[in-house]
Amino acid sequence: MPSNLIDALFVFMLAAFIGFEVIRHVSPLLHTPLMSLTNALDAIAVVGAIVLVGEKKSTFATVLGVIAIIAATSNVVGGFFITDRMLKMFKSSRPGKPQGTKS
Amino acid sequence: MNAEFAGSQYAIEIIYLIASALFILSLKWMSSPSTARHGIWAGEIGMVLAIGGTLLRHGIVDWKWIMIALVLGTGIGIPLGMVQMTAVPQRTALSHAFGALCVTLVGTAEFYLRSPDIPKFMMAVLSMEVILGGLTFTGSLMAAGKLQEVLPQRPITYKGQNLVNLLFLGVAIALAVYLVLNPGAKQFFPVIVAISLVVGVFLVIPIGGADMPTVISLLNSYAGLSAAAMGFVLNSKLLIIAGALDGSSGFILSVIMSKAMNRSFTNVVFGAFGQVQTSAAAGQEAKPVRSATPEEAAAILSAANKVVVVPGYGMAVAQAQHKVRELYDQLTKKGVDVRFAIHPVAGRMPGHMNVLLAEADIPYDRLIEMDEINGDFAQTDVALVIGANDVTNPAARTDQSSPIFGMPILDVDKAHTVMVIKRSMNPGFAGIDNPLYYLDQTLMLFGDAKQFVGGIVRELSGGH
Repeated sequence: MPSNLIDALFVFMLAAFIGFEVIRHVSPLLHTPLMSLTNALDAIAVVGAIVLVGEKKSTFATVLGVIAIIAATSNVVGGFFITDRMLKMFKSSRPGKPQGTKS
Repeated sequence: MNAEFAGSQYAIEIIYLIASALFILSLKWMSSPSTARHGIWAGEIGMVLAIGGTLLRHGIVDWKWIMIALVLGTGIGIPLGMVQMTAVPQRTALSHAFGALCVTLVGTAEFYLRSPDIPKFMMAVLSMEVILGGLTFTGSLMAAGKLQEVLPQRPITYKGQNLVNLLFLGVAIALAVYLVLNPGAKQFFPVIVAISLVVGVFLVIPIGGADMPTVISLLNSYAGLSAAAMGFVLNSKLLIIAGALDGSSGFILSVIMSKAMNRSFTNVVFGAFGQVQTSAAAGQEAKPVRSATPEEAAAILSAANKVVVVPGYGMAVAQAQHKVRELYDQLTKKGVDVRFAIHPVAGRMPGHMNVLLAEADIPYDRLIEMDEINGDFAQTDVALVIGANDVTNPAARTDQSSPIFGMPILDVDKAHTVMVIKRSMNPGFAGIDNPLYYLDQTLMLFGDAKQFVGGIVRELSGGH
């Protein structure tokens, strides 16, 4: 068990550094879509809630799990959806490849 | 553990590994508008893989409730993805609340399933998960309420507030430590959750509307960290990675936002900025300002070579974006170089103003960041300020007694002519008087932003 936790700490540390490096390069132009995208990705917590409900260990756990799945799924769906809507709006004035189609 | 079982477990772990890689790529592709939409695809594929892989897990015996919950969540998510662009900040705050709710509920359920056989380290992480999750849940709800203007936007403060907040948080942490050392003390767990929920409310109540961009970013970071803590509890590397990415993203954005307001984190959280400066307002009366009509403004604009528009949230409140776009079209047609100066805190969340202008079809390569455009104001013929106030206030550079002294601003006052569209001479959101309005080269354009810009556009297209 402790070795698992040490592994997990390493993963956390590396992911945090990757996060800093990757996100530092995101243009301020896209900070709002960035936040709605990370929100959607963060809702991967739904995985934990699915296991909780699926294993059916107690009624209490199932009820909390169902609410948790609903909350997280709405973030996944809403987050990706609105990020896509926002990014479709960003167009360049320079002629060239169109950035997505108009909604 | 039989071979078949172990095999399927490995397959699921590989799926999670691919999903993690896709999540990182997804954020990497967000670095530029030309690749950003690939980022969404990568994120979506990663998400579908991760959820699909989880459903394949051994041990999942009940499908009915999972499916019902997924469908209900989708039903709530779709309208939340369709809100107007001006409402994106409160939508984002609400989704932080939902994310934190999910984490808190799962943490609570895990506690009652496993207690009292929880290893010490895991109990510590579990406590962190529910404390962060709980305060992010109610804190984000408060932020969403303030942004939606269901709750008062002015900070609500009382004496000793910070002490009370710290005391509450301290009690929650102390109880958590006790629970780690005495796993049998189950009765304290709900108390920890309850206190965290209360702390979330108390933390956001004293924060004013002007500080919302920082607060949203900070809550984003907390939501990510609580999800990462959940990953430790469930031993899920996928969750740890997603949580760490979200946590660092929120952290970077909060640092950028607090720098843009020249505030430290502690200052945002404990400062209660945004009360009207009654003492400052009393001192100055009826200083002369020059004003102009739409016709005069149109004449000056069409004679200019370089125009910089400085939009603030007031422009969005007046729904003037589309008129501003028409103004941009008219002036560009006349050969005037028009650019937009975007202050990092120009909207209600990081990058908000860019989205509002992009929605009005203004090309993104015309939206220039503060650091990049500040050097150009001296060569700018006209700076047109629409619904922005504090971010153009030269007192931030010169007046040490000003509450915003030191905050980086757009150097609008260096332009040859400054035009400010404003309803009246009332001080802005933060309640601070703006000396920009009394400069010799400043013209005040009094009126509603949408109507006034519309008036200028009519003049320009009238073909005089």
